Amino acid sequence: MKIIIFCFIIFLNLSSSYAAKKNIDQNQIYKNLRCLVCQGQSISDSNSDFAQTIKLVVKDLIKQGKSEKQIYTFMADKYGDWIVYKPQLNKQNFILWVLPYVILLGGGLVIFSIIRKKRKKF
Amino acid sequence: MQKVIKFLTTLIFLFVIVVFYFSLNKDPSYQTNSLVGKKLVELNLENFDGDYNLSTKDFKKNNFTLINFWASWCSPCRVEHPILMSLSKSKKLKLVGINFKDKKNNAKKFLNELGNPYNLIAKDEIGKKSVNFGIYGIPESILVNKEMIVIKKFIGPLNTQDYNEILKIIN
Repeated sequence: MKIIIFCFIIFLNLSSSYAAKKNIDQNQIYKNLRCLVCQGQSISDSNSDFAQTIKLVVKDLIKQGKSEKQIYTFMADKYGDWIVYKPQLNKQNFILWVLPYVILLGGGLVIFSIIRKKRKKF
Repeated sequence: MQKVIKFLTTLIFLFVIVVFYFSLNKDPSYQTNSLVGKKLVELNLENFDGDYNLSTKDFKKNNFTLINFWASWCSPCRVEHPILMSLSKSKKLKLVGINFKDKKNNAKKFLNELGNPYNLIAKDEIGKKSVNFGIYGIPESILVNKEMIVIKKFIGPLNTQDYNEILKIIN
């Protein structure tokens, strides 16, 4: 009996995680897409003609079974990386993605060495 | 150690200045450079009368095709229309007009009044199909070669400078 309950719980967990993966939040996608004809607004915030059309296309792509990442890639392919608020890693923006970590690491090393030096003095 | 900190601080400061210098000098408007050189694959367009679907074969008949997005309600489209009429005289260029979010009768009136420069006219009543071409407003024009590769994208009404540029490319 315990094994059956255990299997049932595992099955429920797996199916819920699968459903979570499958269910794409279209509002989240709208928020991550820039309205190209507006001033600092996302597709979600805007009621412009362009935003309405993009919303329809996103709905269609979701119906076609495209993943969130595939939708962003599709949009970036058509309108360039500018349409995506969080651009994907590529050659052009490589430094922007890596630099904060490099600075963080460098800063950490500097702080570490200062503390180490001070400890040696005392 | 202090030398290293000073060096790193200067380096970061210089980096920030360089980034700001180039970013502030950059044109903030939407760029279409990323589309040039890409192949248009999904056409999915119906002709004006709805009895024919445009395919890549229609584009292979000519070396160059200018795909123009227009509508009767769009006043800048009226401005660029004489340029399109002049371009239609060129034998090396084929013109495909995509009627964008328009009513058929109004579109027909528009063409009867100003002339029809297009070899083929397709329609995009809701505007969804134009997303495949990276269109965000009209008028917009895309110059493609017979392999459907984007050579140039023109945002806004075509002007004399664009006209000369198109002629230069196709000749």
